[in-house]
Amino acid sequence: MSMRPSSFVLLALGGLVLVFLGCLIDAQTPRAEEICATQALARRLGLTDLALFTEARYARHPSQADLHSAFQDHPLALEHFPSGSLIVPNRELLDRTTTTPD
Amino acid sequence: MNSWIERQRHLIDFTLASLLRRKGRNLGLLTVYTLLVFVLASAMLYTHALRREATTILEGAPEIVLQRLVAGRHDLIPPGYVERIGRMRGVQEIRGRLWGYYYDSVVKANYTFMVPADGSVARGTIVVGPALARQRGLDPNTGISFRSYSGELFSFSVAAVLPQSSELASADLILINEDDFRAFFAYPSGHTTDIALSVANPAEVRNIAIKLSKLLPDSRPILREEMQRTYASLFDWREGIMLALLSASILAFAILAWEKASGLSADEKREIGILKAIGWETGDVIRMKLWEGGLISLTAFLLGFVGAYIHVFKFGAPLFAPVLKGWAVLYPHFTLMPVVDGLQLATLFFFTVFPYMAAVLVPIWRAAVTDPDAVMRS
Amino acid sequence: MIELRDVRKAFNQGQHNEYWALSGISLAIEAKQVTALRGPSGSGKTTLLTLIGCLARPTSGRVTLHGRDISGLPERFLTEIRRKTFGFVFQQFNLIKGLSAIENVMLPAYPTGRPHQELKRNAEALLEQLQLGHRRDARAEWLSGGEQQRVAIARALINDPEVLIADEPTANLDTALAKEFMAILESFGAEGRTVILTSHDPLVTESAVVARLVDMRDGKLVKS
Repeated sequence: MSMRPSSFVLLALGGLVLVFLGCLIDAQTPRAEEICATQALARRLGLTDLALFTEARYARHPSQADLHSAFQDHPLALEHFPSGSLIVPNRELLDRTTTTPD
Repeated sequence: MNSWIERQRHLIDFTLASLLRRKGRNLGLLTVYTLLVFVLASAMLYTHALRREATTILEGAPEIVLQRLVAGRHDLIPPGYVERIGRMRGVQEIRGRLWGYYYDSVVKANYTFMVPADGSVARGTIVVGPALARQRGLDPNTGISFRSYSGELFSFSVAAVLPQSSELASADLILINEDDFRAFFAYPSGHTTDIALSVANPAEVRNIAIKLSKLLPDSRPILREEMQRTYASLFDWREGIMLALLSASILAFAILAWEKASGLSADEKREIGILKAIGWETGDVIRMKLWEGGLISLTAFLLGFVGAYIHVFKFGAPLFAPVLKGWAVLYPHFTLMPVVDGLQLATLFFFTVFPYMAAVLVPIWRAAVTDPDAVMRS
Repeated sequence: MIELRDVRKAFNQGQHNEYWALSGISLAIEAKQVTALRGPSGSGKTTLLTLIGCLARPTSGRVTLHGRDISGLPERFLTEIRRKTFGFVFQQFNLIKGLSAIENVMLPAYPTGRPHQELKRNAEALLEQLQLGHRRDARAEWLSGGEQQRVAIARALINDPEVLIADEPTANLDTALAKEFMAILESFGAEGRTVILTSHDPLVTESAVVARLVDMRDGKLVKS
């Protein structure tokens, strides 16, 4: 290799840093159109949840769930569906400081 | 200044030659390290972006949703509740919502049937979500039948398919006419699933919720901010899978660092002795080792992060898809809007780069400070 | 040029295996000539060499270089002096494996921050001088014994030191190579470099190149 090793390393690292910064800049550029359209749809239809977990009914609308539907059988029950390990009941429910019935 | 730069470059020259001496081992190390960062960064970017997207989309959710509970379980809103709320100050609109779940045994998927607020769906037709359309091969003007829970078969014609870009919120939706909904589900007349309220002033929302729960004691108001907060704790690092991922990564990392820090071989000790004997100061030796640790960890971090960024935002995180999909038949295809959380990035950097550099430095410290005459004796 | 005053060196001091390698050495070494330290193994000549060359500090006593006391200096200054003044050739050569000959030669100069091209030219010139120009890119472990020694010598000279120090330089060489080595030493002497070496090889100690012979036994000088 005719290039000095440290030159190669510093150049390569410099290149990587540039790409890294490129990613950060890319993340900063505003991209509002698509997400605004979805937000508008949510407003039009009155949606309250994302359609992320369609495998279980109680996982489909986690924000609407009450304590019982989140733990379908009993609080220590093992999850039926994998999505149960990804979401928890609403923090407010777990806090138990609410005055409304849950 | 120039001589300082030249000095560092010399140290880098030596470090590189030293690393290349055990090419396979160091390449393997770099690969493992990069993979670790890649997995962690992917998880970090994906979950943060998803949470952000959820919060933004749900800005369109109703300000308050009122549910009714009977013996602690969800029940329908009986007729008259909307009237009992009547004209409450600050509430712009009160609307009974109709929605429910339907299990389609043909594809073993769950759908969400919903009556849109604007009543835009004509009788006999439905508007379907994009994932559902994909699954059942539906286009506008195709027909589809569902067997209701009473055993009767209902046929509908697809009027439209919701846009693919909204899939994250609409993947499994079926928008249906109100009369069709009531007939299909044999919904008791006059009842609604819950009530959605629009409030103009965000500061008033809580007060109105309190008033509502006083007025209707068996009801449970859910505020929009609570809905958004549900998703804020989605994939929280304390939960299930994220904790498992994090623990596994930390363990792998600890093993890596321990291996590095567990002491020098006789060869390495001797080499440091030689360097000192030919005129390198302790500081030079340490700086050289810092470069070694720094080059590897910085490369691994940058490569891992850039890889993660491309993986999550350009390819939609295909490696995570099986985990998230679980047993769902319908899964939304979506690409998240790129967003990087500075604090998380800094944390990732701090916890991946510094421990490794410390692990490289620790064992050579002792060797670097001893007198070089030990070399003469060996 | 270099003066030692009642220098003593102990190893493992205070422990049960305490060992005094040098017990009171007073010596003055002149510049620009070849001085040889002779003695059987265990006489302390290698230890004395490390003290002269600032690789270690005496347990007691003083070492002065050009009239300046260097025995009490902190490590950083000591290293700088060592780098500028002394060049070492070890008995085992101690080249860094995996690096080429020329990289090994340039190594002691890395911390000085001298420009890379300048270093490279210097190193090439030194290797040429020692008839090793054609082996400059060969890895250290592929070199023969004699070649390794010459690379070690070149390495010792990269910072252009006043003094060259060699520990048992002919111990791993055959007669022909040993004679070649003495010839190299002669050229150094002609250049005006100071050379200090240890040896119990008569080829070295009885050579005309050696201007002064110092005998040692059991950590003390033997008056001759």
